[in-house]
Amino acid sequence: MENKNLREEIIRRSGVNPLKCMRCGKCSGTCPAYDEMEYHPHQFVYMVETGDIEPLMNSKSLYKCLTCFACVDRCPRGVEPAKLIESVRLSVIRQQGNNHLNTDTIPDIIDEEMPQQAIVTALRKYNK
Amino acid sequence: MKVSYFPGCTLRTKAKQLDKYARRAAEALGVELEEIENWQCCGGAFTTSTDEIATKLSSVRALNEAKVKGQPLLSVCSACHNVLKQTNDAMKNNADFAFKANNYCEFEENYAGETEVIHYLELLRDKIGFDKVKEAVKNPLTGKKVAAYYGCLLLRPGKVLQMDDVENPTIMEDFIRALGADPVVYPYRNECCGGYVVMDDKESAKKKSSKVLESARLAGAEIVLTACPLCKYNLEKSGMDMPVVYLTELLAEALGVKED
Repeated sequence: MENKNLREEIIRRSGVNPLKCMRCGKCSGTCPAYDEMEYHPHQFVYMVETGDIEPLMNSKSLYKCLTCFACVDRCPRGVEPAKLIESVRLSVIRQQGNNHLNTDTIPDIIDEEMPQQAIVTALRKYNK
Repeated sequence: MKVSYFPGCTLRTKAKQLDKYARRAAEALGVELEEIENWQCCGGAFTTSTDEIATKLSSVRALNEAKVKGQPLLSVCSACHNVLKQTNDAMKNNADFAFKANNYCEFEENYAGETEVIHYLELLRDKIGFDKVKEAVKNPLTGKKVAAYYGCLLLRPGKVLQMDDVENPTIMEDFIRALGADPVVYPYRNECCGGYVVMDDKESAKKKSSKVLESARLAGAEIVLTACPLCKYNLEKSGMDMPVVYLTELLAEALGVKED
């Protein structure tokens, strides 16, 4: 997909308007996964806005977002970065062969106490 | 009082206590839980993407069944509640999504978000009243220092969930007071436990969960209370020495209906 179309697709699907961002960085400051991310929530917003999307699609940061909505509720401008991150992730995992979680490995990942909730949620977030 | 009840996948398997004590306590408080027929798993997470329809249909069906019965739709698992509530909001406020979802479902009458979605805590606070819960307590948990763990799903996104103030919630602390115990307020009570990322990166979840429990311990907590099976799992796997208990279990204990 051409980059301009990809950018528009990601924005449209997320329902987010990145132009509302005033670059205060509060989303990244409050993100519990900040330390594990190569690109942080405020960078997702800026890079999608400027069309610099490929590095985001190749980044492990996509799978570190917890969808805990801390950035969504704490953004003073209502930008909702988590929705944008989800939309970029969908652009990756909706492509054939791009599932992030290899289902064959699930039996090795889980133990006796692992709640079903963890498995179904991970499949929803990581796979198509 | 009768309410429709959506237990969810984990309450039938790894979190049976959460379900069992929810039912017992509701009975003791005079509320009949009518289980949704043939309910299907909520999927664990609400996909925020505006073009995703099929993954939200199990929630739409449950919401519609409650509407047909004229009952609020109750759940106790934080994730089920979050997904049901966000789906309901989309059915009410996103005409394009509602149109497509209704086309799939073919209900007798289109569903437009009419059902009131409530969490078990809201049942206690808004339908029964914490004062009535307090009157029904037979074994007050006097002197017990209980730390409420909200996590992320119960409160956020606040404009949709509308359970409480997202940064300074009080509903669980008021619940703890109604049981006669002392609530412990600590900084990490509404931060994420690591959630589903435990399936991808166990260390990542462990780091987040141990921060939560350390924060509760420093504030003087003896036990931590949760409504979410995944929070309970992650907190318990963090390796910290702190009991994590379902809120319905503590409620059943206080109401004197815990033992078989």
